[in-house]
Amino acid sequence: MIHSLFLVNASGDIFLEKHWKSVVSRSVCDYFFEALERATEPENVPPVIPTPHHYLISVLRHRIYFVAVIQSEVPPLFVIEFLHRVVDTFQDYFGVCTEAAIKDNVVVVYELLEEMLDNGFPLATESNILKELIKPPTILRTMVNTITGSTNVGEQLPTGQLSVVPWRRTGVKYTNNEAYFDVVEEIDAIIDKSGSTITAEIQGVIDACVKLTGMPDLTLSFMNPRLLDDVSFHPCVRFKRWEAERILSFIPPDGNFRLLSYHVSSQNLVAIPVYVKHNITFREGSSQGRFDLTLGPKQTMGKAVESVLVSSQLPRGVLNANLNPSQGTYTFDPVTKLLSWDVGKINPQKLPSLKGTMSLQAGASKPDENPTINIQFKIQQMAISGLKVNRLDMYGEKYKPFKGIKYMTKAGKFQVRT
Amino acid sequence: MQEWANQLCENRQFGSKMTDSKYFTTTKKGEIFELKAELNSDKKEKKKEAVKKVIASMTVGKDVSALFPDVVNCMQTDNLELKKLVYLYLMNYAKSQPDMAIMAVNTFVKDCEDPNPLIRALAVRTMGCIRVDKITEYLCEPLRKCLKDEDPYVRKTAAVCVAKLHDINAQLVEDQGFLDTLKDLISDSNPMVVANAVAALSEIAESHPNSNLLDLNPQTINKLLTALNECTEWGQIFILDCLANYTPRDDRESQSICERVTPRLSHANSAVVLSAVKVLMKFMEMLPKDLDYYGTLLKKLAPPLVTLLSAEPELQYVALRNINLIVQRRPEILKHEMKVFFVKYNDPIYVKLEKLDIMIRLASQANIAQVLAELKEYATEVDVDFVRKAVRAIGRCAIKVEQSAERCVSTLLDLIQTKVNYVVQEAIVVIKDIFRKYPNKYESVIATLCENLDSLDEPEARAAMIWIVGEYAERIDNADELLESFLEGFHDESTQVQLQLLTAIVKLFLKKPTETQELVQQVLSLATQDSDNPDLRDRGYIYWRLLSTDPVAAKEVVLAEKPLISEETDLIEPTLLEELICHIGTLASVYHKPPSAFVEGSRGVQHKRLPGSAGSGESVESPDAGSAAGVSDAPPAVIPSQGDLLGDLLNLDLTPPSATGPPPAATSGMQMGAMDLLGGGLDSLMGDESEPPPIPLRTDTPQSPQLPHQSPSPPDYSPTELGGDLGGSPAMGAGFGAPPAAMPASFNAPVSSGGLDDLFDLGGGVGMPMGAYSPPKAIWLPAMKAKGLEILGTFARRAGVIQMEMTLTNKAMSVMTDFAIQFNKNSFGLTPAGPLQVLTPLSPNQSIEVALPLNTVGPVMKMDPLNNLQVAVKNNIDVFYFSCQYPISMLFVEDGKMERQVFLATWKDIPNDNETQFQIKDCHLSSDAASNKLQGSSIFTIAKRTVDGQDMLYQSIKLTNGIWVLAELRVQAGNPNYTVSLKCRAPEVSQCVFQSYEAVLKN
Repeated sequence: MIHSLFLVNASGDIFLEKHWKSVVSRSVCDYFFEALERATEPENVPPVIPTPHHYLISVLRHRIYFVAVIQSEVPPLFVIEFLHRVVDTFQDYFGVCTEAAIKDNVVVVYELLEEMLDNGFPLATESNILKELIKPPTILRTMVNTITGSTNVGEQLPTGQLSVVPWRRTGVKYTNNEAYFDVVEEIDAIIDKSGSTITAEIQGVIDACVKLTGMPDLTLSFMNPRLLDDVSFHPCVRFKRWEAERILSFIPPDGNFRLLSYHVSSQNLVAIPVYVKHNITFREGSSQGRFDLTLGPKQTMGKAVESVLVSSQLPRGVLNANLNPSQGTYTFDPVTKLLSWDVGKINPQKLPSLKGTMSLQAGASKPDENPTINIQFKIQQMAISGLKVNRLDMYGEKYKPFKGIKYMTKAGKFQVRT
Repeated sequence: MQEWANQLCENRQFGSKMTDSKYFTTTKKGEIFELKAELNSDKKEKKKEAVKKVIASMTVGKDVSALFPDVVNCMQTDNLELKKLVYLYLMNYAKSQPDMAIMAVNTFVKDCEDPNPLIRALAVRTMGCIRVDKITEYLCEPLRKCLKDEDPYVRKTAAVCVAKLHDINAQLVEDQGFLDTLKDLISDSNPMVVANAVAALSEIAESHPNSNLLDLNPQTINKLLTALNECTEWGQIFILDCLANYTPRDDRESQSICERVTPRLSHANSAVVLSAVKVLMKFMEMLPKDLDYYGTLLKKLAPPLVTLLSAEPELQYVALRNINLIVQRRPEILKHEMKVFFVKYNDPIYVKLEKLDIMIRLASQANIAQVLAELKEYATEVDVDFVRKAVRAIGRCAIKVEQSAERCVSTLLDLIQTKVNYVVQEAIVVIKDIFRKYPNKYESVIATLCENLDSLDEPEARAAMIWIVGEYAERIDNADELLESFLEGFHDESTQVQLQLLTAIVKLFLKKPTETQELVQQVLSLATQDSDNPDLRDRGYIYWRLLSTDPVAAKEVVLAEKPLISEETDLIEPTLLEELICHIGTLASVYHKPPSAFVEGSRGVQHKRLPGSAGSGESVESPDAGSAAGVSDAPPAVIPSQGDLLGDLLNLDLTPPSATGPPPAATSGMQMGAMDLLGGGLDSLMGDESEPPPIPLRTDTPQSPQLPHQSPSPPDYSPTELGGDLGGSPAMGAGFGAPPAAMPASFNAPVSSGGLDDLFDLGGGVGMPMGAYSPPKAIWLPAMKAKGLEILGTFARRAGVIQMEMTLTNKAMSVMTDFAIQFNKNSFGLTPAGPLQVLTPLSPNQSIEVALPLNTVGPVMKMDPLNNLQVAVKNNIDVFYFSCQYPISMLFVEDGKMERQVFLATWKDIPNDNETQFQIKDCHLSSDAASNKLQGSSIFTIAKRTVDGQDMLYQSIKLTNGIWVLAELRVQAGNPNYTVSLKCRAPEVSQCVFQSYEAVLKN
């Protein structure tokens, strides 16, 4: 199981280590540093690195490498999932997961790590339980603790720890009972030169923020549940009920949690909400290249495409770009060759465009690579897959909760080849 | 190498300076004193703050062990937080202060009795982390109590503590009987306790491979499955991994486990999903393929795997490595999901490379166009490694999907036109492989390749290009000039290129002896006299001797036909794949190596195998039969990965044709001797380039008195002259292990088509027209053996006339005319009834269909196998020989229906010794359908009897030469296996007749 954990910052320093079994010398991380040096980009460090006596499994989050050391055969996904959970927990506790935040709260971090893993076996990873065991630091609580001499470690065995619903604690009380659900879809797509779709898929999630008193039992039903054939649920969802009736039935955890994530694959038709007309050309023997880009909406069901950001890695030979945006602003970094254009909202009546010339090194040959265009955007009040919640009901408690559902579509890895 | 090692050392030193020294500087004296004072303060609050400071120093690697007694003094407290902090400190430093640590024991024992379960659990947890032998004995009693605690939270913590203790002192744990208590916990009422007990036992079992700790039986399995639904995600992983070690008794149990595990595929934790996939992949093996559930399960496996690919890149990487295994075992699961493996340009490089690999594995005729378009796109990306791999991938597609080869070649040519240096080089390396897979097909591109000769600077590309030039020397006008240009800088080339150049020039010499004598002398002298490389030198000598002893033999050896490379370059070997499938989700699956090969902690891991299919009923003959059939087709021969390919190529050049099939039939004893020598001795000599060659050959330096020609300038290599000259020398005789006088020049025997027979056998696959069964056409004479003439053929019996139906294709560049055909004497006297009717000249790339009627009045000679037919085909270019096998059913005459009485009498008359029994497997015809089908091929059913639900068909066959074959075919309803008993006065034919039965019934 997991032996030790090292946290390494962007400059390659170990700033925290934790051992759950015997102490492993931090020199084991030298193998990691070697890999780090070899990697061209920080994210290109291989996730699993073998060393003569150990294996190093690492994830990169918030510019911090979380390097786990294992000695025996352990499922790597188990370790990676656990590391993600550690990151989520830190973020949950400290608001951000940065080196500074971890250093400021080093004792809490240590207590948390000790609580999350015992002898390398995960112990308590649900944030609800952890929060009962170790109170998150708040300015108010720190002050109160200092004055009263009380502690931020819970004295009671967390109620959820052994119950059938380990994700929810008992005795939750709110004055305003509310349950909000966000349906967020990210569309990943590769569009080829001619504008036809090579692949397109949707990664959707339903994130919930539930603040309800007692032990509510919720059911959520969809207008078109048939869309969801590839889903991953939070453990609270009753799988049998879903299989039989396509209804989500669950006792929710308290607070924020991800109810389900789903995947609408390329086999179904995925609507592409924007199109790009582009013309990026270089002529042989000329030190000028033409750049011409126009964006437009399609299949958006009348909703506005907002927060549009276009970026593209131009060929290395490009010295500078002299462009003229019809709206928004653009920047070109002559060192990294990164062009980014902050478009804002697309107005269907007046399509945004970016036109102009690129200057090449004099005498250099025509660049071989074709730049890929990356597009980010947001569309509010719409789930691009067409998923719609039908109704949300609550059983088991008497009060009337306040309910709300929001939809949003975002671009994930949305790439247009030229 | 040395340099590299030094550099590495430096790096390591640098690395350790960077990390260690910075933090392990001792803390300032004053700081420790200050802390000491604070720890001994009376104020609780101050104490706690001090302990916190100590912990903080500890976490960043400062040495605060000097404070041990002061910190332990704080342990006796009611404040839970303070207690926890002290425990943290204890765990870290107890080992370095064992004597002081004893002070803590009492507190632990007391805490284990605390009314608060949280404190009991905390104490038992911390106890196990104090890795001091002296202390552990004191802890056994409290641990025993905690294992039976009323609170499940304490029990589950105690279960893990057993594993910790085992790690410190295994003997103690066994003596105290903790293992049995742990086993009992598997039946605990609380799922969390069960999960932790399983986890602890699994960890302990890893160091005791044979202890049978996790004795899985249907009862425990049932308990685990119940706990599976209720425990935490991590517990689910432990339980699923444990389940994967179980082998169900039958397919029904297997199915019920699968049904209960399937919901885990929708879990949000990817490790749970992958562990569930492992269990399903393993247990699926036991399910009969015709079961509806089997199909449902296959369909359910795809979506979760696809979903894993939308996770973070690290998860994706592990998932992709596993998917790589899964698609090799069961390609059908993801065959429609090609698009999710398309590479996004900002994927991390390790994800890109894995995706590419899987794309090739999934490539098929249906999606190849899409795949190629993608690969071409990738080949224009920026990342050099990725681009190279993409170019290689195009080559692998060509080799894998035959129909796409042409398109792949043209894509590669397009890429070569880009003139991007590394793309060109990579393309040339893969084109070489394509040539090896499809010889004599794409040689027209050689000219384009030659244009890029000057830009090649990588050894692999140079070697590939040289190989191409040598292999097709006869088609390249200026091959000698090209090779000569490489020769100029011979000593600056890498060994790989030198070896290849040597071989290529020898090939060239054998093909165009007159113009290239000087060249070959030059290269042999460079290789043998001016080189320090033993491999190169020895290879040079071998060629030298071979050429001088017997140029004909040299030709036979050096220009021997090379086996075609098969479709996948790096399929995992099937047994390893089976083992890895059992280890899905583990490190083994990431490294594609069996756990025993690399995991240090797992001493003597047992090799896991997939369970065999139970199938339906009695078809369980060998447990592997089912699982082997599970793979959609027979695993293709494994050929070494790209990197080894060149070494392999060189090796093959020297291997006699026996590698492809049986050696030519007409070889004399002497020849065999020579071949053995080359095949065995030289093979091992050449096989591994790093291996020093055997001593006897090594001593044959030019200075050795054994060699007659020791002059520094190599002798004249005129083949005839040297053949006799050198051959007569006793030294040479000794070298080849037989007197050279006995070396007959009988190499001009027809080239064996041993390999083709296999092909023919395989060919008996697809549907047949009405009437007598006729096998599909198979390649009888490949173009490369017949200077561009390719013959595909089959036999058919149409309206009582035996016909040989052939497709002649001209793959050469010149027109072919004047075709004629002749048969050798054969078992049934088959002979052409007329001349071969090819009236028009056959122009390049043209094919023609010919049907040659045969009769059976020719000279008879018994062949082995009986239905073997040796054929000679002549055209304006040369005479070519091949042999083929005809299905004996061509010879079944239409009046082969015997009278019932005669049948009975004959049956009795033929001695029982002449009866042979055969099994026909997997035939799903009713007895009537079978009878009808057989009748179409002149196998006549005379009577039918039904005994105990078994149909017995009595049948007769008459051959063209009047031999009668009597048969009894037993068909049992519901059993796909038929038994056929054949009786015949000439029992030799039985085997062939049985083959015809099988061929007819299965088509």
